[in-house]
Amino acid sequence: MSCSGTLSILRSDSYAELSQYRDQHFRGTRYDQERLLRKSCTLYVGNLSFYTTEEQIHELFGKSGDIKKVIMGLDKVKKTACGFCFVEYYARGDAENAMRYINGTRLDDRIIRTDWDAGFKEGRQYGRGRSGGQVRDEYRQDYDAGRGGYGKTVQCQ
Amino acid sequence: MSRRRHSDDSDAGQPHKRRRTSEPSEIEERLESLICRVGEKSNSSLESNLEGLAGVLEADLPNYKSKILRILCTVARLLPEKLTVYTTLVGLLNARNYNFGGEFVEAMIRQLKECLKVNMYNEAVHLVRFLSDLVNCHVIAAPSMVAMFENFVSVTQEEDVPQVRCDWYMFAFLSSLPWVGKELYEKKDAEMDRLLSQTESYLKRRQKIHVPMLQVWTADKPHPQEEYLDCLWFQIQKLKKDRWQERHILRPYLAFDSVLCEALQHNLPPFTPPPHTEDSVYPMPRVIFRMFDYTDDPEGPVMPGSHSVERFVIEENLHCIIKSHWKERKTCAAQLLSYPGNNKIPLNYHIVELAQATEMLYMRLDTMNTTCVDRFINWFSHHLSNFQFRWSWEDWSDCLTQDLEKPKPKFVREVLEKCMRLSYHQRIIDIVPASFSVLSPANPVCIYKYGDESNRSLPGYTVALCLTIAIKNKASNDEIFSILKDVPNPNQDDDDGEGFTFNPLKIEVFVQTLLHLAAKSFSHSFSALAKFHEVFKTLAESDEGKLHVLRVVYEVWKNHPQMIAVLVDKMIRTQIVDCAAVANWIFSSELAHDFTRFYIWEILHSTIRKMNKHVLKIHKELEETKARLARQHKRRDSDDDDDDDDRSTDREDGPLEEQIERLQEKVESAQSEQKNLFLVIFQRFIMLLTEHLVRCETGGIDVFTPWYKSCIERLQQIFLQHHQIIQQYMVTLENLLFTAELDHHILAVFQQFCALQA
Repeated sequence: MSCSGTLSILRSDSYAELSQYRDQHFRGTRYDQERLLRKSCTLYVGNLSFYTTEEQIHELFGKSGDIKKVIMGLDKVKKTACGFCFVEYYARGDAENAMRYINGTRLDDRIIRTDWDAGFKEGRQYGRGRSGGQVRDEYRQDYDAGRGGYGKTVQCQ
Repeated sequence: MSRRRHSDDSDAGQPHKRRRTSEPSEIEERLESLICRVGEKSNSSLESNLEGLAGVLEADLPNYKSKILRILCTVARLLPEKLTVYTTLVGLLNARNYNFGGEFVEAMIRQLKECLKVNMYNEAVHLVRFLSDLVNCHVIAAPSMVAMFENFVSVTQEEDVPQVRCDWYMFAFLSSLPWVGKELYEKKDAEMDRLLSQTESYLKRRQKIHVPMLQVWTADKPHPQEEYLDCLWFQIQKLKKDRWQERHILRPYLAFDSVLCEALQHNLPPFTPPPHTEDSVYPMPRVIFRMFDYTDDPEGPVMPGSHSVERFVIEENLHCIIKSHWKERKTCAAQLLSYPGNNKIPLNYHIVELAQATEMLYMRLDTMNTTCVDRFINWFSHHLSNFQFRWSWEDWSDCLTQDLEKPKPKFVREVLEKCMRLSYHQRIIDIVPASFSVLSPANPVCIYKYGDESNRSLPGYTVALCLTIAIKNKASNDEIFSILKDVPNPNQDDDDGEGFTFNPLKIEVFVQTLLHLAAKSFSHSFSALAKFHEVFKTLAESDEGKLHVLRVVYEVWKNHPQMIAVLVDKMIRTQIVDCAAVANWIFSSELAHDFTRFYIWEILHSTIRKMNKHVLKIHKELEETKARLARQHKRRDSDDDDDDDDRSTDREDGPLEEQIERLQEKVESAQSEQKNLFLVIFQRFIMLLTEHLVRCETGGIDVFTPWYKSCIERLQQIFLQHHQIIQQYMVTLENLLFTAELDHHILAVFQQFCALQA
């Protein structure tokens, strides 16, 4: 009787699974995208404060392994931080641990969210909202001091 | 709970995998799910669930016997925290179907032998315990279990085997006794007494040189840290004195006694422990870490004493829960908190009562092992960053009156530095009381020596200005070289025409200026390193050059240890400096002031890990290429019937064989570099420690300063953290570095390490 088998309840790894989100701007099929997501070493990190620095991100995400690169998300117009970033690890296992233990915890007193990313491509560091920041900050109704105050639509009222 | 894949119908024509569920595998999943779930929260009692499941499985035996056997063996191995639930289940099945019980026992023995063969010792212990609890369920006859344990204990009589081998067999025997001691003693008391007496004499004669290296604290108060086998032996002795009455373990089989005692038992086949081989790797010894005792939760249920067997059982089970569910933090937490019997024990203290734990750990910092202090710093600062850095710092104001190198103020400084890294400088100034400002971290700003007009008399000042303008104007590497040509070499009278020999001033001017210009962020600095890689490589070609680059990096960024760490990492990865240079730099006199700071050791261990990963990577490449060649041969052999063309086979093999040869050389060279790195590190430790010891001896002062404690524990840390690699160098270390002439303080560390796997 071999001693290498396992049990599916022990295989459960829900924190490291793919989410429902798929990047609509991705060039390629859904299948391609999911294939890349499943072997990716890159995480998208969201709900950052505009003031959170690369150094802070490096310190927190460095806890799950060696970081290859941090790419800060920028406002397309102002070229300033707009509250998201990409973290690329050398090893997928380190990225998985970040999904298991850093996702949903705090950075700069904010609960941050991580998700798998198919891989950085030039241009993806910019927000896709009409005003230059992230889409979520276009329509946001609440006041968020770390993300420029009210959402853009509200501000223009 | 089955995992649903994201199936998407909108994409045409791609090989999307759809799950084809055939009946048999569906049933197997259902069986596995039923078996794994039993014992979890349910509306019915555990007994009725077990009864029901036994009925279902009995009915499925004719068609799914081998699957059921496999699943039960796997849960025995992987779900030890539910051991008695599954032994009861097996007991019920055996009562209904004697043959199945026999086949299960045989399968378990096969699995046990297999585990021992492949060094899966932790899982083997679970199997042994399972078998022993099967005695309680009337599946296995007590005398045959005693016979197995007799064979285990007789391993201690084997000659020329590592102590850790004997330790394991002893541990497997002793750690099963909380479950089955009573039953075995009732049936075979004379044999058990003999076994226990043999145990006692083994434990008395085994060596314990390794223990000091593994202890968390250097003091024995308030809780002694015992070696794990010693602790277990005390617990078993007490259990025996209590007439084997064990009250903590959940024993569902008691409710089925009337059914089970009707069952026929099986005899375990005689079990010969597989012999020791070259490839055997046994578990390392441990020291039991205790922080709380019965005085710590006066209002709740009493915590079992440290020598009570209940303590052992609870700690084992909690460890198993964490090991099973580490990937699912919510599940793990829920399982820990819903531990069966949690109302009878102060569960929170067993898991850990956070604020009290922090306070206790802080109070005992003076005697805490440096590596453990590291972990405490990392954990506590990370914890604070999730709770708005709120802490009652005044409670720790006792550290303010102490020398800054003492453990408590040092701990607070390092914590504040880490907290700053997770936030920003002003935040830390704001959260600590004014009295703590002496422990606050420095503002992480860059120090540029050519920055001020007042420095214009410094050699290289004008070149620095020139460089600054050139870089801002997007100069190329060649332009930088030509600017640097004008820098005189303070070391040599003549350098060759190109001026590319080691010139510390050139390095200083270039590196200072570039890092200053790129100071804005990590990304800026990394871009700078990449853009001017050629210049770096040339300036740092020699060993002295590499060392000097590191020195200048430190001079510029000594206020920002995090920046130093990422720059060193990048420079190693882009081969501007090598690992040995970093090691030499860390032990250099320029860094003596920071030698006991945490960030230095993070850098060193990160460097060692990079070296190790590099060796593994090339090795993997070599193995993969060899496999490709083997496959190529196989393909050729299989379809090569008539063609005996030697030339074509050589041509095909050629490139791969060449590649293998090249990779072989690469592996050897990398392994040699790796060994050299460790030798350099050990050598420098020996030099540094010897210097200190000699100075103390001649000056008549006490050796045991805070610096010395830190340094000797850092040496231990190198051994423990990289023990697998270092094991390869034991002969060299013994003959070259850790010789008998060495001061006994230093030699002791090496001897303790040798004792770990002896």
